[in-house]
Amino acid sequence: MGIRERLSGNEAAATAMKQINPDVVAAFPITPSTEIPQYFSTFVDNGQVDTEFVAVESEHSAMSACIGAEAAGARAMTATSANGLSLMWEMIYIASSLRLPIVMSLVNRAVSGPLNIHNDHSDAMGVRDSGWIQIFSETNQEAYDNLIMAHRIAENKDVLLPLMVCQDGFITSHSIENIELLEDEKVKEFVGEYHPAHYLLNKKEPIAIGPLDVQTYLFEHKYQQAEAMRNAKKVILEVAKDFEKMTGRKYDLFEKYKLDDAEIAIVCMNSTAGTTKEVVDALREKGIKAGLLKIRVYRPFPEEEVAKTLSHLNAVAVLDKAESLNGAGGALFTDVTSAMQVNGINVPTCGYVYGIGGRDTTTKEIESVYNDLIEDSKKDKIENPYRYLGLRK
Amino acid sequence: MSDMIEIRWHGRGGQGAKTASLLLADAAFNTGKYIQGFPEYGPERMGAPLTAYNRISSSPIRIHSNIYEPDYVVVVDDTLLESVDVTAGLKEDGAILINTTKGKDELDKLLKGYKGKVYTIDARKVSMETLGKYFPNTPMLAAIVKVSKIMNEEDFVKDMQESFKHKFAKKPEVIDGNMKALQLALNEVKEVN
Repeated sequence: MGIRERLSGNEAAATAMKQINPDVVAAFPITPSTEIPQYFSTFVDNGQVDTEFVAVESEHSAMSACIGAEAAGARAMTATSANGLSLMWEMIYIASSLRLPIVMSLVNRAVSGPLNIHNDHSDAMGVRDSGWIQIFSETNQEAYDNLIMAHRIAENKDVLLPLMVCQDGFITSHSIENIELLEDEKVKEFVGEYHPAHYLLNKKEPIAIGPLDVQTYLFEHKYQQAEAMRNAKKVILEVAKDFEKMTGRKYDLFEKYKLDDAEIAIVCMNSTAGTTKEVVDALREKGIKAGLLKIRVYRPFPEEEVAKTLSHLNAVAVLDKAESLNGAGGALFTDVTSAMQVNGINVPTCGYVYGIGGRDTTTKEIESVYNDLIEDSKKDKIENPYRYLGLRK
Repeated sequence: MSDMIEIRWHGRGGQGAKTASLLLADAAFNTGKYIQGFPEYGPERMGAPLTAYNRISSSPIRIHSNIYEPDYVVVVDDTLLESVDVTAGLKEDGAILINTTKGKDELDKLLKGYKGKVYTIDARKVSMETLGKYFPNTPMLAAIVKVSKIMNEEDFVKDMQESFKHKFAKKPEVIDGNMKALQLALNEVKEVN
């Protein structure tokens, strides 16, 4: 069962794309996701896929080409990072509002400036309200698995939204690690063929896509997008259940690690969750009841589920790998605390901005957060909720 | 908690330290281990100092940070000994392996009193004798396998034969030279006393 391999995160993403064999891939290279279109174009050249590879001249064109392809009735994919995503910005919103289930591999990197090619989540956070489903991946395995599940979620008739699978630039994208791959045939069967209900090249049903949307309609269309995003939660779980039947690997909206009996917990995303698990185990050996909630699905944000899952804790720290520059904490911190408030849950919670621009995050630093939480649990109220981890002062 | 071995590589851009760390990951993977092999990317250019890492374990590896307290350090270019603190955090029950012709006295001064084991190999000599060119990564790979005992030497040699066949599919003439470099390096690496 499964194929034992060792691949980098980028190789894993490219392999998933090869097995999905989409109709169109349009991409422009940018560090640290460059290898994905590089490997994929090799698959095209070797005849291992029948994909039309469009070597565009910019990321704006990459997203535009994906939009054109999906609108025509094809299945389209792309990959990018940081400033590549910034250049797509205009078309990112067009893709989601046209309800085109494009799938993107986003290898997270700091958005310039100053220029930095290393990992943080500022690129993903910049488009968190653009109507794309955002799924985060701790490992190369998760980046692969999430891509295999992506089209079934995005193309579901109750969803019809574009989806991005995120992984940490360099930290997982360029690290060779063990992975269990699926057989090509199994992926093909799982992903299935794409038969959109409405598409431009259907001569039996002439339609227009993307015309002017005036005062009398745009509001309702935005409501429909929001409804689709709410519907996505259920579909993500259904697809995960089928995926588990095939692979034995269980996925949820988020992962709970030693959380049920925990007294203090960290909430974070992507590769830092693995480092945190190591620290949780070490603290548990010392009798400290530490736990972790790893967000997998960030958009739609599982607000009620997250709030309820954290409700029994004495103190919570939310780690944000993007500085929101708003004077009021990172995006994930704001989402988690807002969810708690709305659901009537009052657990002392603080936020840490960390790992900006590729700053390495060590087990010692994660341990220091749990030590802070032990102190925080002794007080009635969190003092200075807006904190930094690993910042030189 | 686990039997994880952590290795830090110091080299210069273009010498193949990154490739060597990936080949080591490959070789360990082929013996059934869980592995990580990753470089620390900086402003990459030929000749600039470069660090690469390996974790090797019999259970899944979850940690995703650089290595600060390695079991082994490999120095691919001995000119780095003057500018980089290569023994930083290196465990004293571990070892450092250096590509150099320097002797004990000179190394003692450069290694700032590191108390663990020190191994050297003249990878230039090995490489020139077997490949006719200076590619230190193949001899250094063999030497660290010998020093760290992360796998049986025979299995390693057999595995590398297969790897090279795959890696050099388009230039099979270099396979023999690389295999000789491995064999010679396994004999040439020595502990400095």
